[in-house]
Amino acid sequence: MRDYMQGARDSLPIMLGVMPFGITCGVMGLAAGLTPAETILMSLLVFAGAAQFICITMLGAGITGWGLIVFTTLLINLRHLLMGASLAPQLLKLPLARQILLAFALTDESYAITTNRTVQAGYSANYQMGSSWALYFTWALSTIAGVLVGSYIPDPLAWGLDFAMPAVFLAMLVPRLNNPVSVAVCLVAAVTAVVGAAYLPGKWYIIAACVSASIVGGLLEKEENHAV
Amino acid sequence: MRFEMLLIIAGMAAVTFFTRFGALALLKKTGLPCWFERWLRHVPTAVLTALIVPALLLPQGRVDLSLSNHYLLAGILAAIVAYTCRNAMLTMGLGLTAMLSLRWLGI
Repeated sequence: MRDYMQGARDSLPIMLGVMPFGITCGVMGLAAGLTPAETILMSLLVFAGAAQFICITMLGAGITGWGLIVFTTLLINLRHLLMGASLAPQLLKLPLARQILLAFALTDESYAITTNRTVQAGYSANYQMGSSWALYFTWALSTIAGVLVGSYIPDPLAWGLDFAMPAVFLAMLVPRLNNPVSVAVCLVAAVTAVVGAAYLPGKWYIIAACVSASIVGGLLEKEENHAV
Repeated sequence: MRFEMLLIIAGMAAVTFFTRFGALALLKKTGLPCWFERWLRHVPTAVLTALIVPALLLPQGRVDLSLSNHYLLAGILAAIVAYTCRNAMLTMGLGLTAMLSLRWLGI
């Protein structure tokens, strides 16, 4: 129980960062012609901010092809395969029901929080559960709030509240950069992500940066091991 | 609720769950090779960097290194706080305060 609470508590700053996105999602859903129920149902079942934003934008632009929207969602969320793989050694030891609950609620944010805690105090499934589901309910409730306020807040992101997320991620990243291999991984990821964000469509830059930087990290570490 | 919209949402939910559960389902059979684990250890650093750096350097979708890029200014401050204090709450608090001040003062 303590781990659940700790996971939820450590997610508080991120929850603050998720709220403006959830509200925006609700507002955008209505603006794109979805009904309130459809907008909320999407947040409850899909729970993937970036994919929802892009698909809502497509729907608003009159693109309603089932295959196209579902395939776009798949591409945007492919990065979760990597995160799932990186947590797999721990998750595979759990009962199937918990694996499914944790996999369903796996997001960039809960992944970052969970791995951060894993470095400091070891992996805890309860901690990940607390963090993931706290973020799930934040997302669901803020989408509902967005649908309710509808046209009153035209653009919550204009306040700059979305900065809460990069700020918390910085607090997690900086302590990790305590050895040359990690610094190299960070640099490769930074360059790839910036170039990718400028030239690749959608969220592909995350996959590109993740794959290239982690491979560099793996290769560098191998060389170091040989040298010792 | 429209039926075709329901189908779209169900499809989106299915593929999203696949991406989140797929790695577990696939790896269950084979287990993790050692070289793969060595690479995966660096995924968190890579993901965090990939989420942070574009959010600060390209807030509007193109590279913006000017002083009017509030995300970059507040991000540099947050990085310094993160480095010196090693405290997530403080990093977020000071970073967000800087961000909102820059916005509201219109600097």
